[in-house]
Amino acid sequence: MSLFDTDELVINMGPQHPSTHGVLRVVLRLDGERVVGADVVIGYLHRGIEKLSEHRDWQQIVMLTDRMDYVSAATSNLGYCETVEKLMQIEVPRRARYIRTILSELQRIASHNLWLGTHAMDIGAMTVFLYNFRERELILDLFEEFCGARLTYSSMRIGGLPLDIPSGWARKVSAFCDLFETKIPEYEDLLTHNRIWKERTRNIGVISGADAIAIGLTGPPLRGSGVPRDVRKDEPYAAYDEFDFDVPIGSAGDIYDRYLVRLEEFRQSLRIIRQAIAGLPEGPVVGKVPRLIKPPAGETYHAIESPKGELGFFIVSDGRSNVPYRFRVRPPSFCNLQALPRLIKGHLVADVVAMIGSIDIVLGEVDR
Amino acid sequence: MGVNPAPPAGPPDPPPPADLSVPGFISPLQSALPDAVTQVSYWVGDWTMIVATNRLLDVMRHLRTAQEASFDACCDVTATDWPPRAERFDVSYALFSTRHRHRVRVKVRVADSQAVPSVTSVWPSANWLEREVFDMFGIPFDGHPDLRRILMPDEWQGHPQRKDYPLEGPGEMLLENPMDWLRLRYEP
Repeated sequence: MSLFDTDELVINMGPQHPSTHGVLRVVLRLDGERVVGADVVIGYLHRGIEKLSEHRDWQQIVMLTDRMDYVSAATSNLGYCETVEKLMQIEVPRRARYIRTILSELQRIASHNLWLGTHAMDIGAMTVFLYNFRERELILDLFEEFCGARLTYSSMRIGGLPLDIPSGWARKVSAFCDLFETKIPEYEDLLTHNRIWKERTRNIGVISGADAIAIGLTGPPLRGSGVPRDVRKDEPYAAYDEFDFDVPIGSAGDIYDRYLVRLEEFRQSLRIIRQAIAGLPEGPVVGKVPRLIKPPAGETYHAIESPKGELGFFIVSDGRSNVPYRFRVRPPSFCNLQALPRLIKGHLVADVVAMIGSIDIVLGEVDR
Repeated sequence: MGVNPAPPAGPPDPPPPADLSVPGFISPLQSALPDAVTQVSYWVGDWTMIVATNRLLDVMRHLRTAQEASFDACCDVTATDWPPRAERFDVSYALFSTRHRHRVRVKVRVADSQAVPSVTSVWPSANWLEREVFDMFGIPFDGHPDLRRILMPDEWQGHPQRKDYPLEGPGEMLLENPMDWLRLRYEP
């Protein structure tokens, strides 16, 4: 008879847990402190957005895409509008494409700010959260001035934008870029060489590039493993083919590298915004769009790089009704979350929250 | 409004225009696995291959391993329901190659309750995506390691993304008498 009980212990984490970033439930099988297996249970926030969209007309769906990844609504709007434009072969004016690029990059900074703040707070660094939310607030102010909303923007329309940017807005964006550039070193001072941060994140959740592709990771978690895959470079959309920027990649494929990749993406986003502001062309912001949107019968898949990874839309039109026949979203959070059991296997329970943070999920998008 | 037209019986899947060059990975696939690809179509920049269901795994393994294809990422698995058609579902796979940076869509057509071979052995990323298709359309996947519902509750009845499933959900019975509604699942 053995002295110690060697049975596996099954514990339930979530769905109401402060560090699961929403209603995510993870059933952990533990051997002592080590995780030997995990089952991820999702669906608590399922609102049937795909089914709903098949009963809303094409313009109304923009509003539903806000509610998927609710911390980065602008990129969801962009992905949807571009897919419909591709289906209808609408040409978007250059000015609208530039403004869309600025909005998406501001959104990426806001989303990464929220990610960094909450991720650091999960691991125990409270200060970073306050710093990040200070800067995120400025971006929300910019969005509020552009479209009147602070979270669910509905900031794009099929064929362009709902309205042109207000006067003086471009100057405020430039001022924000200058300010934000001085704030990135503050985050780095707090974390990059912080011994506790490094102990908690280095060599945790290591995944090789080939494994990461096979399991479906995209976005910063994939680039942290050294794969230079970025939809903005590989299949340029909006106006990304007109700007210079680099795709930062990591080497170790651990939580720390995913953190470094996202910090560098802050700088690259600023670079893109500055080029777009400097070269902002004049002209209309809406293309030639028919009053009644009714794409010809056919189907298409179009992907963009959301802050979380590859956000794809697969839309089927039957060519005669004013609703999509099939509306499918390929949510990056859903596909990245699939890697969680693989990543936490063999690590400690305390690392589970660090891992959930490092893949950056939004449950509104996972469950739709 | 007038008379409602008959529901559509399938996507157009138009053939590629004659002056367009076909991507380089398609003809090696057709010569390696003759008769597997039943149709090649092109629409607004997307190439689609329609494949016989029983040859799906061979085609997918070829696309994954062949040098000129090397589709190492399975981005998306989804389905479309076309009720008037005998093979009512289109299951479509969105593939991407990180090496060549090209995409293709592979589709199979299946009838109600006809199983599709699972591609989880080729791309582990298909695991949750196939579970979602099973959950939302009720299409079973052969050889899937863990075929359970994923977004809807385990005891749910029906498959919400089917065209004959009402938008309002199962209706008054669920609201008024949830126990009876649950029991239906176990007492046919």
